[in-house]
Amino acid sequence: MSDIHTTVDAKGLSCPMPIVKTAQAVKNVPAGELVEVLATDPGSVKDFAAWTRSTGNAIVEQTEADGVYRFVIKRA
Amino acid sequence: MATETTAPAATTEPEAEARLTEAIAAAAQPETSVPGAQRQLVVINWSGEYDKVLPTLIMSSVAAASGYKASVFLTFWGLLPFVKDSRRLTGENTMQKMLSFMQRPGIGHMKMSKMNFMGMGPWMIGKLSKQYNVASPQELLEACQLMGVEFLPCQMTMDMFGLKREDMIDGLGDPVGAATVLELMTEEHTGSLFI
Repeated sequence: MSDIHTTVDAKGLSCPMPIVKTAQAVKNVPAGELVEVLATDPGSVKDFAAWTRSTGNAIVEQTEADGVYRFVIKRA
Repeated sequence: MATETTAPAATTEPEAEARLTEAIAAAAQPETSVPGAQRQLVVINWSGEYDKVLPTLIMSSVAAASGYKASVFLTFWGLLPFVKDSRRLTGENTMQKMLSFMQRPGIGHMKMSKMNFMGMGPWMIGKLSKQYNVASPQELLEACQLMGVEFLPCQMTMDMFGLKREDMIDGLGDPVGAATVLELMTEEHTGSLFI
């Protein structure tokens, strides 16, 4: 179950597009599947935390390298 | 839900099969899985200027993306960006037509509330938005509509500006009045904005 189902490349995009694109991607995967998000918007760190609290999905992995934030989200 | 099977025929293309499985699973899932009451955002969009319609579209698209029910009431000047961009003169009588001449309706013709400078302001903001990858009002509107944000035109404004349903963009809800919006605004777990 640790395979990434879908990757959302939101690099370079500004608020609200990383969230909007992720929400659409998560909606299209079956429950329990993993969606990987790559973003460069520094605001996305707080935004994804809030978004997962609102939707009940979970961030199972979060890393940052060279200004790219990577979130792995598990669909509830 | 992950164990749901669609019993596909052996001859189905794997890719199409995967898409079908996804679509069925997505349809079976509610937008939000947080237990408890449905949260809601209501925006009264009355301004109609670029710098005010933008936050309306951002907040309502994110609300829908976060599993909220999002409703946007389009009233007074705030209704005009939701007229089709291709409409030049709207209205039935001379004064209504004059108004649409003075303020061309459509999301591609919005002015700035500050620093409009005969269109220089919106042009500069458009340039900067592209440079910094900020979504355009058109892109945000499309995202809103894709995610099910409900846009409710104000009946009184439609009448006053002489606008007909066919003047408006596709996908809007039925025109309503203040009582409908008031009811939405005072529901539980609801945040309301007047922009």
